[in-house]
Amino acid sequence: MANSEKHVKEPLVHLTRRMNVSASFAWMIRIGAFILSILVCCLISSLLSDKVSFGFFFKYLFGGTFGSSMLIMNLLRDLAIYLLLALAVTPCFKMRYWNIGGEGQAMMGAFGCSLVVAYASGKLPVWGTILLSFAAAVVLAVFWAVVPALFKAKWNTNETLLTLMFNYIAICLGAYLIKKVAPMGTGILNFQDGTLASLGVGDFWIIVVTVTVLTVLMFIYQKYSKHGYEIAVVGEAPNTARYIGINNKKVIVRTLLLCGILSGIAGFLLVSVKDASFLSDSTSQSTVAGRGFTAILISWLAHFHPLAMALTSFLVVFITRGANQIGNMARLGNSYAGMMVGIFFFFIIATEFFINFKLNFRPRAEKAAPAGAGPKPAGEQEGTV
Amino acid sequence: MITVITQAIRFGIVFLYGSTGEILIEKSGHLNLGIPGIMCLGGVGGCMGAYWTYQAGAPAFLVVLVAVLMAMLFGGLGGLLYGVFTITMRCNQNVTGLSLTTFGAGILGFWGTQMGEKEIMFAPASRYAFTPSLFFGNSTPDNWFTTIFMSHGVLVYLGILFAVIVYLILNLTRTGLSLRAVGENPAAADAAGIPVIRYKYVSCVIGAAISGVGGAFYLLDCTRGSLEYMIDAMGWLAVALVIFSLWRPNISIFGSFIFGFLYILPRYIEGVGLAEKELLKVIPYAVTALVLIVISFFNKKETQPPAALGLPYFREDR
Repeated sequence: MANSEKHVKEPLVHLTRRMNVSASFAWMIRIGAFILSILVCCLISSLLSDKVSFGFFFKYLFGGTFGSSMLIMNLLRDLAIYLLLALAVTPCFKMRYWNIGGEGQAMMGAFGCSLVVAYASGKLPVWGTILLSFAAAVVLAVFWAVVPALFKAKWNTNETLLTLMFNYIAICLGAYLIKKVAPMGTGILNFQDGTLASLGVGDFWIIVVTVTVLTVLMFIYQKYSKHGYEIAVVGEAPNTARYIGINNKKVIVRTLLLCGILSGIAGFLLVSVKDASFLSDSTSQSTVAGRGFTAILISWLAHFHPLAMALTSFLVVFITRGANQIGNMARLGNSYAGMMVGIFFFFIIATEFFINFKLNFRPRAEKAAPAGAGPKPAGEQEGTV
Repeated sequence: MITVITQAIRFGIVFLYGSTGEILIEKSGHLNLGIPGIMCLGGVGGCMGAYWTYQAGAPAFLVVLVAVLMAMLFGGLGGLLYGVFTITMRCNQNVTGLSLTTFGAGILGFWGTQMGEKEIMFAPASRYAFTPSLFFGNSTPDNWFTTIFMSHGVLVYLGILFAVIVYLILNLTRTGLSLRAVGENPAAADAAGIPVIRYKYVSCVIGAAISGVGGAFYLLDCTRGSLEYMIDAMGWLAVALVIFSLWRPNISIFGSFIFGFLYILPRYIEGVGLAEKELLKVIPYAVTALVLIVISFFNKKETQPPAALGLPYFREDR
């Protein structure tokens, strides 16, 4: 061995896993990456378009989110919806059950709600319709969440792929419902009555208060309840869980039941409270509009911590709304925001690497500058502090 | 009926490109949910390449070649980005893939808007280069056989060729065996002396390059050069096709025709309401979900996803 070591070139960077990462260090890296990502977005935008200067970029980035009290309320409302969808999938991830079907589950919630409103409004009193639509939203979302869980528990079916398929089945079913109710319509179901919005209730307070309460409840559930503990054990060490007498299958199905309830509430809020409309289309904006996918990222970035998720969803909403505003003002089209959000995501995902791993550079006698080793120099500098 | 079958083959090839690439990637243990985004990137590259060479007055052969190479370059770069994040940086594969999809779809949309403003059209380049005359000439007789099998643009045959090559490499070569070992148990492969990281990178980049051609093919052949932003929907069907064909490129050749048939069926079917046509679109996803459930029920080793699919590999972990 000693002989062969002479021939093997020592790699420039050696990775080791960090064992004890302090929260302040992790947040420093995340905030650094956030600032860096905005600067990179700004640089790219100004290269792509003559209209975008640095001043223009920051004016509308902040103006698009904090410009008026109306905008701030919209920001908080959007934040709440993202947060709720992230809350729904969080216990699943904590259990290492990769439920990427949040989109479909919320879609089924919206679908159930719309189904009731479309067929029952006018025949039932308004409150009856609302209650029934809420129940339908929760039941359908629970069904959509629990079915893959049953297969996972029973036969160990790959849940990532199965929930992915369920997303698209849900979206297709939504399109079916729209065509069934309004064959000649525009592809959007607008509800005149039978929704909370039609009663003139402001969407802001209902959504923000509901989600705040649910966030706190989820925090308590995960941290202090027996269920929360069982979820963590099943995720970390399924064999240990079995040994201490936890019924893994029961925990999986029960957790997905909870996930379905929260997704169903999200679907109900989206249809009955926010827009009073239902839209399903795999290509353009729809009722859930990819938020279920983004929620996965929000939850993962916050390390499945409900309170930290409030912050990560704020960052996502901030950058999305800001980029939309810049795109509109500079007439760069709808997709500009998607591109910027993608860049932002990459930076934020990369932070996990610098939080979880330590870069050990090969010691050099002459101590040459270790430049250009990693894709993100800024993170490295912070990493060596 | 012949039209339906011909169209089914054409649209199926989009899924075939995507799924061939994704199979190669998944065999290395990486679930790349960024395939829709990569196909969008490939579409951008392919259209650019075709447009430039067409404007320069190059012959049809060169237009196609440059379009394919550009699509592979753009797709491959997307795959490299994915690889850096998931292989070197060990980030979560699902999250990275979904971000790549957001990013790629954003790039295609943004670029498309810019091209639209400059009134750049891709239809002439595609009409010129992706007609069957390039491959079989105009001398072929006009009967059902030639219409179904010989009336396509050259990229249709290239797609099938890619699938066959990937099938042969995976199943008949030592490289393929090593790659499958990396996807099943990277630690064991590493101990056996297989360069795990290199295998993962190569399969991620080449797989993404192949998928990228699918995006270019869709824009240049299926839509005849009009920029549609539906590629990401095609990408998800390609991911579904991987499962449907049980991670085997030879099955996915036939699977792609079935998917293509189901995809275009609503356009040709008559006497069915609009709502029911929407419902028909469920079939590919529903069948794929069913396949997943059935393979987990029988739990045969040969039909399972690669065992290390979705798990990051870090040599120093226990």
